[in-house]
Amino acid sequence: MTEFEVPVLSVKNLNKQYGPGCPHCKEGESETLVKNYCQVCGTVYACRDVSFDVFPGEVLGIVGESGSGKSTLMQCLYFDQEVTAGAAFVRSYENGEKNLFQESSQQQRYIRNHIMGKVYQNPLLGLRMNFSSIGNIAEKLIAAGSNHVGMMESRGTELLNKVNIPVHRRKEAPKYFSGGMQQRVQIAKALSNNPPVLLLDEVTTGLDLSVQASVLDLIKSLQRELNISIVLVSHDLGVIRMLADRTLVMLEGKVIEEGLTDQILEDPQHPYTQQLVHSLL
Amino acid sequence: MNTAYNFAFFDEGSKREIRRATLKAIAIPGYQVPFASREMPIGRGWGTGGLQLTLSLIGKNDVLKVIDQGSDESVNAVNIKKLVSDTTGVETTEETHDATLIQSRHRIPEVPLTKDQILILQVPIPEPLRYYEPSESETKKLHAEKEYSGAWLMLFEQIMKYGSMTTGADHPVLVHERYVMAPSPIPRFDNPKMDESEALILLGAGREKKVYAVPPYTKVVSLDFEDFPFEPESFEDKECRLCGSTGVFLDELVDEATDETVYQCNDTSYCLEKLNAVGVK
Amino acid sequence: MGYVAVKGGTLAIEESIKRLKFERVKQGRTIEVEKIQAGMRGLIDQVMSESSIYDETLAALAIKQAEGNPEEAVFLLRAYRSTIPRKHYSRVIESDEMQLERRISASFKDIPGGQILGATTDYTHRLLDFRLMEETDESVQEWLHQFHNEDSQNEEQVTDLTLAKVLDYLRKEGLIPPCENNNQEPDDVTRESLEFPSTRSQRLQILTRGQTGAVTSLAYAVIRGYGALHPTVGELRVGKLPVTIDHPTSEGNDEDSYYIGEVQVTEAEMLMPVSVEKEYGKKEMEFEIGYGLCFGQNETKAIAMGILDNCLEHPNNEFPSHNEEFVLYHIDSVESTGFISHLKMPHYVTFQSKLDSVRKTKKEERQEVNS
Repeated sequence: MTEFEVPVLSVKNLNKQYGPGCPHCKEGESETLVKNYCQVCGTVYACRDVSFDVFPGEVLGIVGESGSGKSTLMQCLYFDQEVTAGAAFVRSYENGEKNLFQESSQQQRYIRNHIMGKVYQNPLLGLRMNFSSIGNIAEKLIAAGSNHVGMMESRGTELLNKVNIPVHRRKEAPKYFSGGMQQRVQIAKALSNNPPVLLLDEVTTGLDLSVQASVLDLIKSLQRELNISIVLVSHDLGVIRMLADRTLVMLEGKVIEEGLTDQILEDPQHPYTQQLVHSLL
Repeated sequence: MNTAYNFAFFDEGSKREIRRATLKAIAIPGYQVPFASREMPIGRGWGTGGLQLTLSLIGKNDVLKVIDQGSDESVNAVNIKKLVSDTTGVETTEETHDATLIQSRHRIPEVPLTKDQILILQVPIPEPLRYYEPSESETKKLHAEKEYSGAWLMLFEQIMKYGSMTTGADHPVLVHERYVMAPSPIPRFDNPKMDESEALILLGAGREKKVYAVPPYTKVVSLDFEDFPFEPESFEDKECRLCGSTGVFLDELVDEATDETVYQCNDTSYCLEKLNAVGVK
Repeated sequence: MGYVAVKGGTLAIEESIKRLKFERVKQGRTIEVEKIQAGMRGLIDQVMSESSIYDETLAALAIKQAEGNPEEAVFLLRAYRSTIPRKHYSRVIESDEMQLERRISASFKDIPGGQILGATTDYTHRLLDFRLMEETDESVQEWLHQFHNEDSQNEEQVTDLTLAKVLDYLRKEGLIPPCENNNQEPDDVTRESLEFPSTRSQRLQILTRGQTGAVTSLAYAVIRGYGALHPTVGELRVGKLPVTIDHPTSEGNDEDSYYIGEVQVTEAEMLMPVSVEKEYGKKEMEFEIGYGLCFGQNETKAIAMGILDNCLEHPNNEFPSHNEEFVLYHIDSVESTGFISHLKMPHYVTFQSKLDSVRKTKKEERQEVNS
């Protein structure tokens, strides 16, 4: 097998439900479910049997409407939430042989600090608003084992430079920044430990169109330059079209279609995907 | 001796409970053991944690020394000493050598302690991560997962802001390469005295209801960075105006007659000892 | 002859303590402990409740020693409490066995057994009663004599009045969900330190020991807007509860248990309307309960405690009053007053250490400017 064929990240049968489930809905396909919601006990099946692979240097897009389970999926992958069932493997951790979801919370923290980066839709979740921007980047570097202020400062400055934050503002706290700038600081922070896998959760949602475009450009050029693998979640097919090599379409917690992004855009199979693609035109 | 109360104020059951927590603390160096802190006849925040440790450990043959900010004669030290001797009748001393139990606030004596002595430090805020994360259940998790980027991040931020670490007293330490610990508000000057100390060091926080310990011969390292090493307070070129000592922690005073800044040993019993040694000569 | 330490500290303390005694007795008169016990019921109740020790005489003594300062009196009693071995835990007390002195409901006018106003300041006009300046033991005894005479004319009056709880009545109606007995042994916060997430028994203990003012203020914030509750007093009762302990060799046996006395308490059961989701997403209104209980007659505190109890059952980080660490860590009288007052202690060494850091940053600044 060539290196290209070994996935960087592999997710198998990920399930996440909110609520205990009841005899009516435990079967999963029962008629008491409205979409992915059980009318009887109120349980929500947010992710149902989600499986996918991400290959080196690939951008995998996940598109779906709000409530389709895509953000929950991202939270599970970054251990912000516990999965109900399923497995995930990362090539650079224990040779990709250990299910990340079954590791201790200490190990999961190690994985977060060393192997992954995440950019949240809400910068409050990804940044310490009262610490300096460079401190925010240093936090991730310290967590990944760095102990040299000079090196962290120059790495931080370099990254902030890359995301177009003026050097003289590096010691300011993100709370004084605009939304677009906060997102760029988050991206710099997530990239700081050279993660093999970067998770982007609706990073441009809520930004002005022009700011959106500049953040997307930034991600694209960084991805090309650093050749990182990205999982990108968005409800906006436009964002997906611009960045993703391959795309999964999620609906009601399930993956209903997947393929090369171009293919999905030109020849959507599932009625929901068709509707989505038409609305883009 | 006040006989309306049991020996050493507490009932025997309470003393045993506190000793059990102390044993656990010694077994896990630097780990904060919760204990059912009792209300004491002195104010919460005035050394009740240290006092409870002293009272739970003291026996009829012990010799007690109490210091506050380096002084045996400070009102608070006198007050604590009086309470212990009133309820136990044990001998008290100002000579560091003669003491078997030394309760102290904010200082470690200048004279190196021996294996036959126990140093008990009073602690106001036992949690070194408190100003990074206000929630107790969160900091507990951070300790469990050995996630200490926050502790270094606080130092990093100081360097970014001021060009150097600006911790005053209570500069955090890493104990036995496992737990980050607040050494209590001792000056940085005293931090190195904890490393490989011959004497057992116990730390008690009464209001916050925690006991922790540095057992004899334990590695204690002050947190720092490769390029920003830990620095104790500097008293370079200065000496005690009374005994002429150098290389000790000095109080800064203003000579009212000459309006000049003068220095004098903070550890009063050490200073007296030096003076008397000179006197004999 | 060598050098000796200056004994300034010892001497200063001795003088200060003498001075304090002088302040207490300087008018040449003393107040007897019995008089405090007889006339300062409100303060005694508050002090007993915050000290979590039920003893009017000791409370009166503490108040005398503290010159009427409640924080100091609570401090004295708590410290005394630390020296007493814990010999027994009482048997479970059912509060419907309360011998009622007062009992009201703000939710229902017609409660079985009726509303009993009892002794309350609620409907007094807060006008200073200058006649009390002249009140003597004799005038008081005369009034008492008359009072007892009037009372004996209504001899039928029951002395041991117990009544079913208002909430039990509502439960029968199906207006509030049935409540299962929780027979789990409660945690004892004075024997094991609080850890988070806390249990309800820990929360209730800390709330009932809380400083009256602190508990009241936080609950006030909740109902004024910094919180998400709109409570009603389901039932408020004041009365005496019998306390019994098990016979040492026959635990759990009702017959052999010993009656050791009674405590006067205030109990508040608060009702909070909430909307609950039922099967098929149907929404219904139901009532949840907040529970408050404290020693003596201290109704504001019991009600406030009931509000905070419910707040902490529903953590919500939007409001500090719904955050258990925020509430439980900061309402204890001995802890808060102790830590605030410790700021009076010398901090010479810590300050010297900070001074060193400040000078260092100044020096570096200068170097930067010069370079």
